[in-house]
Amino acid sequence: MTGRTAIASRGAARKERAERERGQFLFSRWHLILIPVAAVMLIPMVWMLVTSVQTLNETRHFPPDLLPHTVRLRNYTDVLRQAPFARWFVNTVIVTVVSVAGNLLFCSLAGYAFARIKFFGREIVFLAILATLMIPFQVVMIPTFIIVKDLGMINTLGALIVPNLAGAFGIFLLRQFFRTLPVELEEAARIDGASRLSVLFKIILPLSGPALATLAVITFLWTWNDFLWPLITISSANNMTLQLGLTTFQGTHQTSTNLLMAANVMSMLPVLLLFFLAQRYFIRGIATSGLKG
Amino acid sequence: MRIRRILQSDHLSGWAFAFPAVFLIFVFGIVPVIWSALLSFQHTNLLSPPQWIGTANYRALAKDPLFRQSVVHSLVYTALFVPLSVAGGLLVAIALNRRIRGVRFYRTAVFVPVVLSTIATAIMFLWLLDPDFGLVNFLLSKLGLGPYGFFDSASGALYSIVGMTVWGWIGFDVIIYLAALQGIPPSLVEAAEIDGARTWGMFRNITLPLLGPATLFLVVWSSINALQLFDEVYFITNGGPGTATYVVVYYLFSLAFQQGVAGYAAAIAYVLLIAILSLTVVQLWVGRRLVYYAS
Repeated sequence: MTGRTAIASRGAARKERAERERGQFLFSRWHLILIPVAAVMLIPMVWMLVTSVQTLNETRHFPPDLLPHTVRLRNYTDVLRQAPFARWFVNTVIVTVVSVAGNLLFCSLAGYAFARIKFFGREIVFLAILATLMIPFQVVMIPTFIIVKDLGMINTLGALIVPNLAGAFGIFLLRQFFRTLPVELEEAARIDGASRLSVLFKIILPLSGPALATLAVITFLWTWNDFLWPLITISSANNMTLQLGLTTFQGTHQTSTNLLMAANVMSMLPVLLLFFLAQRYFIRGIATSGLKG
Repeated sequence: MRIRRILQSDHLSGWAFAFPAVFLIFVFGIVPVIWSALLSFQHTNLLSPPQWIGTANYRALAKDPLFRQSVVHSLVYTALFVPLSVAGGLLVAIALNRRIRGVRFYRTAVFVPVVLSTIATAIMFLWLLDPDFGLVNFLLSKLGLGPYGFFDSASGALYSIVGMTVWGWIGFDVIIYLAALQGIPPSLVEAAEIDGARTWGMFRNITLPLLGPATLFLVVWSSINALQLFDEVYFITNGGPGTATYVVVYYLFSLAFQQGVAGYAAAIAYVLLIAILSLTVVQLWVGRRLVYYAS
């Protein structure tokens, strides 16, 4: 077969495939999988939303009402009145924002050092940090609890923030990214007399937007959704995060399903909002970190 | 002069840059690993001074019926959760990897549960699977089935947790598989089409082998996470009904933080660590032999 006919036949195959795709455009057999899957994924959330605007009587009804008769938004304000929900929300925002900022700063500094500066003990320290990625948190939670207790941080937001200010994953992610940047960029600046710090902040970080966004999103998701560590370290309602607060709210309002669902919707809103705004970074972050909410 | 040279040296600036993060990881990541090992040879309740008891914790563990039960439940959970979420993720990813109508909508529907917290998901499913007023029992009653107790029934609670966590995790598997599918060179697919490969043959002989690395990663990673199951059990069933959903981490938690038997709990933590590391090594070793790496 000559080159030209090979190209021609490949072109024909592509055209044929394109036609087939167009034929499948409206409805394909893949929809037989996707429609039920989407229904299973969405129905729990839709039903939560419906329940959150029902009256208590409507939720205590079998067969259940699939559509609300009235849209009772009062449930949402009732939640805010009956539980320190605003307080939990503020606590969660504080813990999350500080953790994200800490990770961005400290992991950038360390990631840059491990990527570019040759210093004594660099390889062995980096290996030790990587090794901690393999240790599940549950294995170390007892001594970590003792350390945080000895530091006097139990039952304070500090217990949630301080151990979470830097992580092995962030250092690794940023080191790998910094190494892909051309070293000539910073060498020129160094010859002009710029310090390491200004090289990092004026040259490296402005080029690292995607990697920083990925780290920020992952830290946000991890901190916002974390449950086990707050459960161990926080006992008073005033210092709880949303996840922990939700469980106490569930304990006291077990029978007010409508309020519980309204509380649940409110706890999800910030994560969902950010997800829709920055879906690309969420997907990339989840794929690279192996992390789920 | 000498001091000046040291101050400007790379050794100092390197350590200055790395120190804050390295210090935090040392205190909250590396010290606890060693401390946990020491605790596992001690009798301690987190309050009074610890007492060395050698391997007594480990020997007691071997004879603890509740520990054995927890291990069995963790293994059953892992053996169900991993294949269901990985195979389900593969199927959905292949369906989503096509230019068909509404694909963006379906993709988003599958991804959203991934970002929801375990607690938020659990609250939703408690209501969905409510024995008296739940939507699932209503739908099943239309088919002449049920009502089922789900989380309330000793025989069904663990399986209900499997179902709920597959719902929450499947989007993660889809994300990984979609990335891998988009890395398959179209020329390979076209060549196979020219050679007359049919859909199933193509999937079996081309797509599936090329997805090997992604599958290996998902199996290893899902197993690690499945063995750490805790939030859902703590929040929904408290290990119950009876001890039907006692899993390793739940038992560890209740010993350390509810009963104050921290040394014994640390021994469980170390057994868990060794189990997870060895399972990972075995999976990677088997995987190396089965998985084809294109590059």
